[in-house]
Amino acid sequence: MSVLNTKELRIIGFLCNWCSYGGADTAGVGRFTQPTDLRVVRVPCSGRINPLFILKSLLGGADGVLVSGCHPRDCHYAEGNFYARRRLELLKGFLPVLGIDPRRFEYTWVSASEGQRWQHVVEAFTAQIHGLGPARGWPEAPELEILNAVAR
Amino acid sequence: MRIGVFICHCGSNIAGTVDCAAVAAKAATYPDVAYATDIMYACAEPGQDAIIAAIKEHQLSGVVVASCTPRMHEPTFRKTVERAGLNRYMFEMANIREHVSWIGKDIEANTNKAAELVRMAAAKLRLNKELKPKSFPVTKRLLVVGGGVAGIQAALDAADAGLEVILVEKQPTIGGKMAKLDKTFPTVDCSSCILGPRMVDVAQHPNITLYAYSEVESVSGYVGNFDVKIRKKASYVDWVKCTGCGLCTEKCPARKSYDRFNEGVGPTTAIIIPFPQAIPKKASIEREHCRLLTGGKCGVCAKVCPTGAINYAMEDEIIEARVGGIVAATGYDLIDWKIYEEYGGGRYPDVVTSLQYERMLSASGPTGGHIKRPSDGVEPKDVVFIQCVGSRDPSIGRPYCSGFCCMYTAKQAILTKDHIPDSQSYVFYMDIRSPGKGYDEFTRRVQEEYKARYIRGRVSLVYPKGNKLIVRGADTLMGVQVEVEADLVVLAVGAEAASESAKLAEKLRISYDSYGFFMEGHPKLKPVETNTAGVFLAGACQGLKDIPSSVAQGSAAAAKAIGLLSRDMLDSDPQIAFVSANRCVGCGKCIEVCPFKAIQEIDLRGQPKAEVIETVCQGCGLCNATCPQGAIQLSHFTDNQILAEVEALCRF
Ligand SMILES: Cc1cc2nc3c(=O)[nH]c(=O)nc-3n(C[C@H](O)[C@H](O)[C@H](O)COP(=O)(O)OP(=O)(O)OC[C@H]3O[C@@H](n4cnc5c(N)ncnc54)[C@H](O)[C@@H]3O)c2cc1C
Ligand code: SF4
Ligand code: SF4
Repeated sequence: MSVLNTKELRIIGFLCNWCSYGGADTAGVGRFTQPTDLRVVRVPCSGRINPLFILKSLLGGADGVLVSGCHPRDCHYAEGNFYARRRLELLKGFLPVLGIDPRRFEYTWVSASEGQRWQHVVEAFTAQIHGLGPARGWPEAPELEILNAVAR
Repeated sequence: MRIGVFICHCGSNIAGTVDCAAVAAKAATYPDVAYATDIMYACAEPGQDAIIAAIKEHQLSGVVVASCTPRMHEPTFRKTVERAGLNRYMFEMANIREHVSWIGKDIEANTNKAAELVRMAAAKLRLNKELKPKSFPVTKRLLVVGGGVAGIQAALDAADAGLEVILVEKQPTIGGKMAKLDKTFPTVDCSSCILGPRMVDVAQHPNITLYAYSEVESVSGYVGNFDVKIRKKASYVDWVKCTGCGLCTEKCPARKSYDRFNEGVGPTTAIIIPFPQAIPKKASIEREHCRLLTGGKCGVCAKVCPTGAINYAMEDEIIEARVGGIVAATGYDLIDWKIYEEYGGGRYPDVVTSLQYERMLSASGPTGGHIKRPSDGVEPKDVVFIQCVGSRDPSIGRPYCSGFCCMYTAKQAILTKDHIPDSQSYVFYMDIRSPGKGYDEFTRRVQEEYKARYIRGRVSLVYPKGNKLIVRGADTLMGVQVEVEADLVVLAVGAEAASESAKLAEKLRISYDSYGFFMEGHPKLKPVETNTAGVFLAGACQGLKDIPSSVAQGSAAAAKAIGLLSRDMLDSDPQIAFVSANRCVGCGKCIEVCPFKAIQEIDLRGQPKAEVIETVCQGCGLCNATCPQGAIQLSHFTDNQILAEVEALCRF
């Protein structure tokens, strides 16, 4: 267990390369201090994010998942984030069915210039997950195929 | 696979808050890691050489560098591994600077986090595949949007280098704000004398096609081959026939129309040629002012036009063009200063903006270069300048400095004295910002030689008294309240990005900040590039700047565009989607969602299958997340690669 015992929880972020990953970089360049729990997976577009990734994370042991993309209308690939929004909204509604507190998953929009906004997002989400505490572990994470079927 | 891991200290930038040696030691225990070390500056020459040497010595087949953001140095290190004989995609980066060392000081937490980011990168790398780019031909034509001094410079430089250039300008003439200025700091030389010839060069250059009174309607495609649609707005005058004689503007009876070029200083006609040196020198009718086009009876201009150029039935025209690169140079606009009630909110005619004052100073302006009070036409003697009207004011959401107002206010005070020798200028300022060649000397000259009185403090109220305006403010250096009786008040109104900049940014798929200024690729190292390949920035649209800087940036943007378009072929990014035909059931869902129409249906032995058109796919991965079969995968970001990263975190 390499998550620093008790200090940190396991939070995974999926960030689009063009806006939010850039925003997180801008926050770094500006030295906007943030909690250390979050680990970022870089994807080209929020539209690339398969709800399966989020389910797999939450069922696999993550205590929280944060998705962030470009602001609506600002997508580097024209419309990827519209699809993302629809999918992620559906997923959020579906989480309770699996016994997952929907507050463990949030999605938001942060542009490459919004370093300070990114800091606030990370602070708020980390606090929210710490408020919920560690997620109830799944003794055995379901296989990919099963999840795939669930995710569609 | 044999993975090599390099943990960069970045001097003390990373090593200050991350135990790099400990991260390397941890990384050595990860699956497939054959070699791990920490390194002082991975990106410097010795660092890159050390990576190459290690690849050879340890027969590495993939490399992870943990350092700064991949948005900065991924291309650098891809070249490094390529020089050592590896495919450039057998490389991953872990961002342990922007995302770790710079955002927290807890060394234990940072070191652990860095090690985990490296674990993720290595887990992904294990599934990386060698990718090879395809090359495609480049259209050697450049689109420049905005014909201010920055756009003009970019267009001329690119055209001189042999590129075809299309220049699109929203107004009926090019020239931008500089065309409205009387003289320019810090030399006080005549604006139209230095800009005019450049505008003529644009008109006469065989490589430049100018679309004035036009806007970019849409942009599709990608670097090397953008397809743009340009909306040529109806001017109701056939510009092929129009000779610019101006007879129509003399006879037009709608004489109370708003004069946009002259910032509303005096009225104009409905059919206009903005100013004598306009390029193109063609007439156009402003629909909302025209008696005939707004439903009345008229038709005078058609009667007087000697060439029969007037066409009231003209409609907007859409022009299509393919270009290889785009320079955005759309400049700025003044903010709406009327929100400031304390300055009269627009109710007092003798409170004018700095740009209106430029038009009043200009010999080609509506007053013929005579400074007159708008209220009664009398020459003012006491002129008060108020700086920072809408700049450095967080209360209206404009916390930034507009950059050029201190300097042009000094210039305008000098010109006031030149025009009216017995006048006295007063300047209310917050600070004098004049860091440029010859600039500070200039702001001293205006005080010492031209005897302008500089008062450090804000103005709290402007109110009329008789035919004067009383300007009440603080002199913070003397610690007293001051009241100045003014004949004319000039507001140095702050600037913001040109109206509708955000809309253009969305069409160009570039980022912009909360004020509408376009975002450069890197604040220091890529000042004229954007994060969208093939789109460059010039002038005040990227951030407010004066003429010398706008011109420099225009040339810089042109140089970048010339560099790009001097190549016959470009390499396509191989991080694109691919279909496994045996998993694809031909449902067509991917075809529906692809924003670039990059997927087509093909027939494979009687069965419909999806196929990606490689040079069209932009690698967004939308299809990947849509396909119910997992049949279409985005190279370098496959489901399995992303899940490997997730697993690297969840399993431990
Ligand atoms: C009162 C005043 C006095 C000044 N005096 C000086 C001075 O003395 N010396 C000095 O160095 N600087 C001075 N400046 C600053 C100077 O105006 C700017 O540095 C300069 O104009 C910037 O050039 P630009 O080409 O970037 O932008 P602009 O001059 O704003 O030109 C932008 C052009 O793009 C066009 N455009 C906008 N949007 C679109 C669109 N969507 N599609 C197509 N076209 C579009 C506009 O119509 C315009 O023609 C002064 C500024 C002010 C306000
Ligand atoms: S990744 Fe898929 S959706 Fe995106 S451009 Fe390529 S084919 Fe189209
Ligand atoms: S969505 Fe998947 S299965 Fe359907 S056509 Fe596209 S690649 Fe084939």
